[in-house]
Amino acid sequence: MAQNNEIRYLNPPKVDIRKKKYCRFKKAGIKYVDYKDPEFLKKFLNEQGKILPRRITGTSLKFQRKVSQAIKRARHLALLPYVTDLLK
Amino acid sequence: MIKQYETVFIATPVLSDSQMKEAAAKYTSLIKENGGEIVNEENWGLKQLAYPINKKTTGFYYLIEFKADTQFVATLETQYRRDERIIRFLTFAMDKNAVAYAEKRRNKSKKEE
Repeated sequence: MAQNNEIRYLNPPKVDIRKKKYCRFKKAGIKYVDYKDPEFLKKFLNEQGKILPRRITGTSLKFQRKVSQAIKRARHLALLPYVTDLLK
Repeated sequence: MIKQYETVFIATPVLSDSQMKEAAAKYTSLIKENGGEIVNEENWGLKQLAYPINKKTTGFYYLIEFKADTQFVATLETQYRRDERIIRFLTFAMDKNAVAYAEKRRNKSKKEE
């Protein structure tokens, strides 16, 4: 008789609703990633200055390649550090 | 074949402002001599480097956008390598998106002035 043993929680279990990730370049219609402004590129770097993976930033493969190419050029020109401890 | 290029170079901070202008003038005249055409020039001045390049932590940045023949880039880069004032350089072939972006950026900076 214990089929209907629906368990009543005090507060509903918070299953984290997965935010639909989108590629900000496609949405904003940006076509070219400029290697000369480090402020924009910093959004794609973590604290150590490493490039963030696509599963975190949600960018599409085409633009992830452009972003990583731009970041490497900015690093060559010393606009961005290769490795650092606190970037933000 | 004429393509549009964008070159940025960093000069050592030890040289004075006049030497920096003279270095920049040397490269712009080099481009003009070889049949190139300067589209835009920007002097970002003395900037902090993200990491020291041969023991220097600051450098003069200079950007030149130009249209030139494809063979010319090799001569430009050998000039950069020979010149000991330049500690780092990067030349970049611009595709149509890059050209459109540079155009927009130039108008934006003109509007701000």
